[in-house]
Amino acid sequence: MAGAGRPDPDLPEADAAPTLSVRGLSTEFRAGGRVRRVVDDVSFDVKRREILAFVGESGSGKSVTFLSVLRLIADPPGRIVDGSVLFDGEDLMTLDPKGARMRSIRGGGIGFVFQEPMTSLNPVLTIGRQIMESLRLHLDMGRREARARAAGLLSAVGIGDAERRLGAYPHEFSGGMRQRIMIAIAVACSPRLIIADEPTTALDVTTQAQILELLAGTVRDLGASLVLITHNLGIVARYADRINVMYAGRIVESGATDDVFADPRHPYTRALLDCVPRLGETRKLAPIAGQPPDAGTAFAHCPFLPRCARALPVCRTAPPPRLADVAPNHSAACHAAELPE
Amino acid sequence: MDEATTGSRDTAFTPSYLRTAAGILRQRPDIAIGVLVIAVMVVLALFADLIAPYDPNRTSLLDSLMPMSAEHWLGTDSLGRDVLSRLIHGTRVSLQVGVFAVFSAAAVGTFLGLLAGYFRGIPDMIIMRLMDALISVPPIILAIALAAVLGGGVDNVVIALAVALLPTYARVMRSLVLVIRELDYVVSARVAGAGPLRIMIQHIAPNCLPSLVVLMTLNMGHAILAEASLSFLGIGITPPQAAWGAMVSDGYRYMLQDPSLSLIPGVCVIVAVLAFNLAGDGLRDLLDPRLKGQL
Repeated sequence: MAGAGRPDPDLPEADAAPTLSVRGLSTEFRAGGRVRRVVDDVSFDVKRREILAFVGESGSGKSVTFLSVLRLIADPPGRIVDGSVLFDGEDLMTLDPKGARMRSIRGGGIGFVFQEPMTSLNPVLTIGRQIMESLRLHLDMGRREARARAAGLLSAVGIGDAERRLGAYPHEFSGGMRQRIMIAIAVACSPRLIIADEPTTALDVTTQAQILELLAGTVRDLGASLVLITHNLGIVARYADRINVMYAGRIVESGATDDVFADPRHPYTRALLDCVPRLGETRKLAPIAGQPPDAGTAFAHCPFLPRCARALPVCRTAPPPRLADVAPNHSAACHAAELPE
Repeated sequence: MDEATTGSRDTAFTPSYLRTAAGILRQRPDIAIGVLVIAVMVVLALFADLIAPYDPNRTSLLDSLMPMSAEHWLGTDSLGRDVLSRLIHGTRVSLQVGVFAVFSAAAVGTFLGLLAGYFRGIPDMIIMRLMDALISVPPIILAIALAAVLGGGVDNVVIALAVALLPTYARVMRSLVLVIRELDYVVSARVAGAGPLRIMIQHIAPNCLPSLVVLMTLNMGHAILAEASLSFLGIGITPPQAAWGAMVSDGYRYMLQDPSLSLIPGVCVIVAVLAFNLAGDGLRDLLDPRLKGQL
């Protein structure tokens, strides 16, 4: 837990090959005779040892993006139509989603922490068994060895009296402690990448901070990378090295957290930041007018246009803008991105 | 923060069902009665040979149709057999048929339902259409047809009733699996790299158990009633073996001389079925998380 907070800026190994490299990922769902493209041409890298945040409203495609990466999109109704996903140089899109290799990557190479700690643990199994399951599955450990390792993991996530607690059932733990257990399970096999899908949404604010410190600390100790899916910009500012903002299935702005927060170029990012209350400020919060589009709506123009305060004439006629560099290591998908404030 | 959030260790690790069992029985005497009757039946069935005062099949025409007396507490039947002894041995038949029929139906039906619910698609269609075909025949008619083909005897009655009960288990299990397979912890197991077999056996099946236990308890009563019906109709347990249904049927001819010959085994059937229903309903309430704390 020591050394919590933002890792040193020089820690991410920016020059090494990225842990995860996603290019042109598109995922569609068929429903009611219509095809809805929920993730549309998404490309991004997760560098070694970095914490990358994904921000966006519900339905913007954050979770589906990472379920696609893990090849866990149920087909039918879903289908990954395009793209490549390189994890440690291996293209996951060429693997059989039900095959042994893909299964060993899930949990073994990539750990996942879910949003709902209250329901993500099996109520009828002891937590010891649930932690050991992944160890025995991926590391081929014997029962005794797995048990010792599980106890070690429990202590590492701050649950005391670990030996004894292995025999306890999920209902005997509070939400925060269950999320600690979920983290223990996610990191059990020392994965290279951990994906945390809104890991603190269901927790109260004090517990949130503890869980995030734990998560960030654990990831740093492992030398792994962390993808933090969230809609809490406060969390992003504090923990993330870089940020990707998603809207309507696309990444609309991407860059180092400090740059994006200091100089947001996409009007959606600007609007999001305007929704955050700041201490000592008395202005009214500015909610974003209108509704986000239904997931998978097809657009002939920029999907944010109906809600955009800075729309130009070109926005109505041109096809949806693509991500383009607006500064070093900072890109935005907006026709008006280069305009001054 | 650990000690503060987990509270006292001692209470946290005492199984809650032990702490509350006594309280539940006090507030729900119906459950206690059901369980008590079942326990008595089990003891009678297990130790029938020791408890029964006479050999249930020893005939003595000189003693036929005797009224209740100190020697024969419930009298004798038309062949002079001791009614009490036959009732006690009949308990064994009823329980045997109930337990074996329900367990075999549950084992096979649960397995089929698990496959259908987990894999869906074509396996689901094949299994469930077969179950629909089975369920479209009224269970007692199905059991009669099977008993007619296979003949009487405990084994065949068990098979007939198991086949009749099978679709219920397949359907209930399938519907449970359809819900549970989408729950977070199952998705989470999949994300952790667990394969279909592990997910089905380790994560889904155990979570279906509470509902299945309730269904099995209730079905035990149904099976006992069905066995009595089959035996009453003469296609169940083969004479001279003592079975409650057959005893009702035998005594029926002497209704005017001694109605107790039919009534007493009939009452036994009623009490047994009622006991299983009470226990089953009670179990359902106990295992229903929505009712937790209200009992």
